[in-house]
Amino acid sequence: MPLAITSRLVRNLVAVMALGLLLSGCGVNNIPTYDEQAKAKWADVNNQYQRRADLIPNLVETVRGYARQERETLEAVVNARAKATSIQVTPDIVNDPAKFKQFQEAQSQLSGALGRLIAVSENYPDLKSNQNFLALQSQLEGTENRISVARRDYIESVRVFNTELRTFPGVLWASTLYRSHKPMETFTVTEDARRPPNVKF
Amino acid sequence: MLDRIGVLTTPVTLAILFALVVIAHALTFPALTGRVVDEANILDAATRQTLTDKVAAVEAKSGDQIVVVTLKSLQGTSIEDYGYQLGRHWAIGEKTRNNGAVLIVAPNERKVRIEVGYGLEGALTDAVTQLIIQNAILPRFRANDVAGGIVRGVDDIVQVVSGDAEEYKRRAAQRPDRAPQGVDAATVMLVLMVIFVIFSIMRRSGGGGPGIGGPGIGRRRGGFAAPIFIPSGGSWSSGSSGGSFGGGGFSGGGGSFGGGGSSGSW
Repeated sequence: MPLAITSRLVRNLVAVMALGLLLSGCGVNNIPTYDEQAKAKWADVNNQYQRRADLIPNLVETVRGYARQERETLEAVVNARAKATSIQVTPDIVNDPAKFKQFQEAQSQLSGALGRLIAVSENYPDLKSNQNFLALQSQLEGTENRISVARRDYIESVRVFNTELRTFPGVLWASTLYRSHKPMETFTVTEDARRPPNVKF
Repeated sequence: MLDRIGVLTTPVTLAILFALVVIAHALTFPALTGRVVDEANILDAATRQTLTDKVAAVEAKSGDQIVVVTLKSLQGTSIEDYGYQLGRHWAIGEKTRNNGAVLIVAPNERKVRIEVGYGLEGALTDAVTQLIIQNAILPRFRANDVAGGIVRGVDDIVQVVSGDAEEYKRRAAQRPDRAPQGVDAATVMLVLMVIFVIFSIMRRSGGGGPGIGGPGIGRRRGGFAAPIFIPSGGSWSSGSSGGSFGGGGFSGGGGSFGGGGSSGSW
């Protein structure tokens, strides 16, 4: 009975496909999808912080040329940058509360030190009219702004991911298929509310 | 299991996150009525037309979408915060290249910003946008010539965006086809598979007359066609195809923003 066998095969095939559709309708793919999205957003945050770190040596040199006496402020920036870049950022940092906190604190210290540097540079008219400094300053402002956007995007994508892990039907998949997926760490709001340094010209 | 969930869900964190989301959504944006949206009503009709022509010419050549907007109010937030959300809301720039830029003027807060989409950050760098704001825009704004400042700013943005011939050509060559991309590959595959299976059933079952098969396929076809036509129905806000300017309507092309650009105040 080859005909009957084939038609049973076809029926099975249809059943498998229907099951597949049903499962994807139940959000079986949501956890990995949101996981990848959140990780991509995290990479974005990290890139922007890296970009800021890359700008700093040039900025410090330029300021030093005009404001040598601001040694403490300059050193604070250099040290904070060294501390921030010394933290090894591995992908699993988003699941490691202690390390994540350390990363956030180091970056936040660097933000503070940079803010003070920009503030003291206000006192040096020659520095403020230096084209190189102006370009660096606008890049720094732009980067700070990108950091804040990237952080907010990351916070939102983690919210979506963590919510999926804890709500129905995601919670079913989280406890069966995706046991290795843990809720991700996110930035605390206090630093996020901090706006990039606004410079008046 | 439930216990663990309870521990993991720190209510405070969730509350803060929800508060954030509420804040993020609390902003309202003016409707994208054209390439120049003069909500603050500071431009005359001739200037609006000049600006529209300038930026429309750029999009016709390279696909780069530039929009000028004047705002009544920043609704209590910073122009940086408002700017990228407005850019995303309008989805200025093509979806695949994110090549949009928005010149934002908030006369009541005396703030100006050039918001640059991801894809234009290489041409309109922070330093360049800062130069445009400082040299072209702010001196005129300070002399109470807001329209003149906006026109000069747009001129400079256009010049930078189309200035470097090589860069300009390279980006123009990358322009994707304007064919609508309403259906993704997975959907097509799935539909094809369904059709294939139905055909197989029909062929195998032999006795099943075409009278049964015919309407069956017709129904599937109907289901298949729907996802194509819904997106190309062209909503006002953002389509999935390239930025379009046809039949008098104007809409963003799906471009996104990440906080590039710079700001100034006067």
